[in-house]
Amino acid sequence: MKSGLYGFLFAMWILIIIGGGIMVVLLGPFSIQQYGDFHWIIASGIKVTIALILVVIWIMILSKLKNWIFRKELKF
Amino acid sequence: MIELVISAIISCILAFFVVYFTTPPLIKILEKNNFTVKDMNKKENVMVARPGGISIILGIIVSEIVLYGFFQLNEILAIIITTTAAFLIGYVDDRKVMGGWFKPVTLAIAALPIIFFGTYDSDLAFPLFGDVQIPLLYLGLIIFMIPITGNTINSIDVLNGVASGFMIIASFTLSICLFILQNYEIAIISLPLGFVSLAFYKYHKMPSKIFPGDSGALTFGAMYGVIAIVGGVEIIAAIALLPAVINSFLFLSSVKRIVEHRQIKGKPVEHTDDFKLKATNDKTAPVTLVRLILAGGSLTEKQVGFVIFKLAIFSGILAIVTAFLMGVSL
Repeated sequence: MKSGLYGFLFAMWILIIIGGGIMVVLLGPFSIQQYGDFHWIIASGIKVTIALILVVIWIMILSKLKNWIFRKELKF
Repeated sequence: MIELVISAIISCILAFFVVYFTTPPLIKILEKNNFTVKDMNKKENVMVARPGGISIILGIIVSEIVLYGFFQLNEILAIIITTTAAFLIGYVDDRKVMGGWFKPVTLAIAALPIIFFGTYDSDLAFPLFGDVQIPLLYLGLIIFMIPITGNTINSIDVLNGVASGFMIIASFTLSICLFILQNYEIAIISLPLGFVSLAFYKYHKMPSKIFPGDSGALTFGAMYGVIAIVGGVEIIAAIALLPAVINSFLFLSSVKRIVEHRQIKGKPVEHTDDFKLKATNDKTAPVTLVRLILAGGSLTEKQVGFVIFKLAIFSGILAIVTAFLMGVSL
């Protein structure tokens, strides 16, 4: 059980680093220029949407991972 | 440099001894006024004083005011105001049973001084890959961060000494990471949190003489969250907090809604005849970190606490590795 918890912690850490990489690669260079003064608001809105999608994906992966690591224990 | 060292020493001594000397009289006052709750994990009918948040916030305010005398940084003001607001929110919840919405909403409002003082950098730093600029998204992150850190620490405050012991490990880890990243002023500003937790642990450890209550747990969590934001170490702070994050994640993914612990009917943990803790088979009860630890067999309250501390040390090491990786670019 305890090794499972350490494994889950480590997996969360790896997911955070990978998720961060995707954020930097996807959102970092993203910009919109053709909407005048409002370009940063539109760009931020799109960034927020992408970030939220990433968070949802992150939670779904974590949920699957949790069920797999703790498949024996989570019978209650 | 000498000024940094002197300010660090004075604030740490003050943070530790204010809590160390004010907690015993606070326990007496609380007991005298019947502000006690039953320790559910003791065989005998043991009543424990609550809330200890009063001495915790006192230690934080005194040490941070002294630090403000040295540095005059808006970051310190943001820490004092937001943490005090979180304490008051917790204190209201300690005195009166509030709805599930109360703490998240009011803690989000408590985060506003961070925005008003402009004590944040909207670049989110990730290890290996660098920074990403998210000005609008970052404002949302500030608003969400304080309720999350506050409630995360509150959710782990289930056994004698766990919240304060966990906070010692997480906050000193955060301070070490800030030193590694050469953010010296914020590192020094963060040190009182560790020393306040250390002094409080003396009275909170098994067998507890006082419980922090919501006021103490939210004070710990909110200050931790503000330091993460003003120090620009949000990701590192989240990693150091991972065991508590797992607890909240397991709870939410099993309950599937935001709900107060007292509203949950099913019991995740019960006692054996010799009053050890053991996981129940109740399918309506939430999955928690303690329940998962106990799935391998029954343990004493003290043993469960040490397992949580070991997990906190493990995630602390991961956080320090992350701090070193911040200087590495792919």
